[in-house]
Amino acid sequence: MRVGLFVTCLVDSMRPRIGFATIKLLEAAGCEVIVPEHQTCCGQPGYNSGDRESAKKLALKFISEFESFEYVVIPSGSCAGMIRVHYPELFGDDPALFARFTALGKRTYELTDFLANIAKLEKAPGNFNGTITYHDSCSGLRELDVYKQPRALLATMPQVALNEMVESTTCCGFGGTFSVKYGEISTRMADNKCQHITDTHADAIVGGDLGCLLNIEGRMRRNGDNTTRVLHVAEVLSGMDKER
Amino acid sequence: MQNNSINFKKQATIKLADVRLQNALSRLQSRFVGGRAAVISEINDFQETRTAAAAVRDMALNDLEHWLLQFEQQATARGAVIHWAENGDDVNRIVAEIAALHGVRTAAKSKSMVSEECGLNDALEKAGVKVMETDLGEYILQLAHEAPSHIVAPVVHKNKEEIADLFADHHHTPRKTGIAELCREAREVLRPVFLNADMGISGGNFMIAETGSVLIVTNEGNGRLVTTLPRVHVAITGIEKVVPTLEDVTTLLRLLPRSATGQSITNYISLLTGTKSSEDHDGPEHFHIILLDNGRSSILGSDMQKMLRCIRCGACMNHCPVYQNIGGHAYGWVYPGPMGSILTPLLGGLEASPDLPNASTLCGACGAVCPVRIPLPDLLRNLREKQMERGMKTRQETFLLKSWAWLALHPKIYSFSTKIGVRLMKMMGGNKKLIHSLPGAPGWTNGRDFPAPSGQTFRELYQQGKHS
Ligand code: SF4
Repeated sequence: MRVGLFVTCLVDSMRPRIGFATIKLLEAAGCEVIVPEHQTCCGQPGYNSGDRESAKKLALKFISEFESFEYVVIPSGSCAGMIRVHYPELFGDDPALFARFTALGKRTYELTDFLANIAKLEKAPGNFNGTITYHDSCSGLRELDVYKQPRALLATMPQVALNEMVESTTCCGFGGTFSVKYGEISTRMADNKCQHITDTHADAIVGGDLGCLLNIEGRMRRNGDNTTRVLHVAEVLSGMDKER
Repeated sequence: MQNNSINFKKQATIKLADVRLQNALSRLQSRFVGGRAAVISEINDFQETRTAAAAVRDMALNDLEHWLLQFEQQATARGAVIHWAENGDDVNRIVAEIAALHGVRTAAKSKSMVSEECGLNDALEKAGVKVMETDLGEYILQLAHEAPSHIVAPVVHKNKEEIADLFADHHHTPRKTGIAELCREAREVLRPVFLNADMGISGGNFMIAETGSVLIVTNEGNGRLVTTLPRVHVAITGIEKVVPTLEDVTTLLRLLPRSATGQSITNYISLLTGTKSSEDHDGPEHFHIILLDNGRSSILGSDMQKMLRCIRCGACMNHCPVYQNIGGHAYGWVYPGPMGSILTPLLGGLEASPDLPNASTLCGACGAVCPVRIPLPDLLRNLREKQMERGMKTRQETFLLKSWAWLALHPKIYSFSTKIGVRLMKMMGGNKKLIHSLPGAPGWTNGRDFPAPSGQTFRELYQQGKHS
């Protein structure tokens, strides 16, 4: 399978390791991974802030770079949701483009969804040893139905024990620019999330979207918790959670 | 009611620090969110029923004028009088005129959010009519001189202790603390109100076009007493609430109580049709129905029309993590939570509520539970787009958004800037790899650290790997 990897702007800058972990996982599942060199951002920050024009331009850039692949895989539910659900909507008034974006969207997957349902990865190569609790990021969950997939993949790792927090599907308060514009509300939402995580006594909080993870980790560290690890699911599944 | 949504941010800060409110809000979640989850499984085609309910509402909205005229004709034929009100002041004037016409001195009122839009109680008091709220929650708020903070559970922001104090103060009785005792005391105070009122005022959950009936959904017996005991009944509702047939409304009724309070069915569903006839034992001699526009017709036919499907169940706010943390008053007008964040700007002007469309993470919980499938997150985003188009965003935000998009469209410059950016952020993070203060984003770092990046971008590292 020839897979185009969209790393996402956040992973590119803030935690490149997740990109390499994704490549490792896709290769373990037998895929040929190609990383288009000029990729940047899917346009979601602008789109969700009302800047539809810019989002359209970035969607056109994206399709020019990724249309040729059999599959497009993204280690983020919210960026995958942008491409699958919102790109076609952006071109609702242009039947030709709408059709192309719809076709592209159907071939675009969030990482764990792809590994579990398309590539059918039987065993994750990681060797994480400990308890984790899983946060379900909103877009992946509600736009793409990503819930069972990461759990199924984690279940292939014998040393991982999953200890579910309450309200794992409640928003952590990130919401892109919301986290800066409405910092106080956002922080309170992150606080609730951190409390639920702490209650599980897990060694690590794991999720599929770096934005949420930065938000959760940021609040956790500010609250003085320097030991609970905050990891992307790709890092855990690939075994790249230890390298720095 | 005065629209105070311009102060959303300030109010939210106050509410976040209000410990009593926070405790009260945590109860809402377990009661309504848990309750709904438990009863929706009773309908085995729940998702299909949502689709059917949305279709019923769309059918009504797509031909609203037709159904409203049919409703008017049918209701009139059964003895009701229809009044069309363009705005809240019209409603207040019409009710005052009805009161004068029938020599009304006291009015008993059951719950009506539309009357809150108008500020009806104050207007009637000015016109010399004594108004008593008889819904328990609304009665408590009337004593406290406060506005509802939830469209279904208006008094959700208050705890039992506060209510006990209020009752002791106003009823001049020994302070009670048990919920049953408090309810009994309220019932004793309210019973003579029903019996003596000259006029009953109610809302209307739905209007049935084929029969000219007003349907109300309640849990306390007050709704039925208010609409049948006094000699004059005035029902006030929004023009969008019409539904073609009784059959259609049954679809909505399968979803409304389940979505609202987690009940399979409410204690009362009252179908109010016409005036008292010679064979009837009870019912009003005069039945007036006031249909309020107040900006709704301007939503009709627009890209926001789906908002008018709303059946006011409150599920979107119950499931909203922002509402759950700040409560309803912070939103500044009658309708809070996700539906209010759309309705308030639509009815009161986008300029008056700059924060509301933005004060959401677009997490999607609201859209996922809405019984009539209103795509609430999409509508919120749509309002943000309108703010952008009309130049209502701050210059700083517009600049940041446009610069980011420009950078992202120019990969070489993007790659160079991010390279510098992550090195800078790595330095700022120091040994602990945590940034305690980001000059451009105090909103983030006031409450959180920012985990510092490792100092090189994926792009750089990937290229290095390829060449080595
Ligand atoms: S928008 Fe939907 S969920 Fe919210 S109150 Fe209206 S009908 Fe209920």
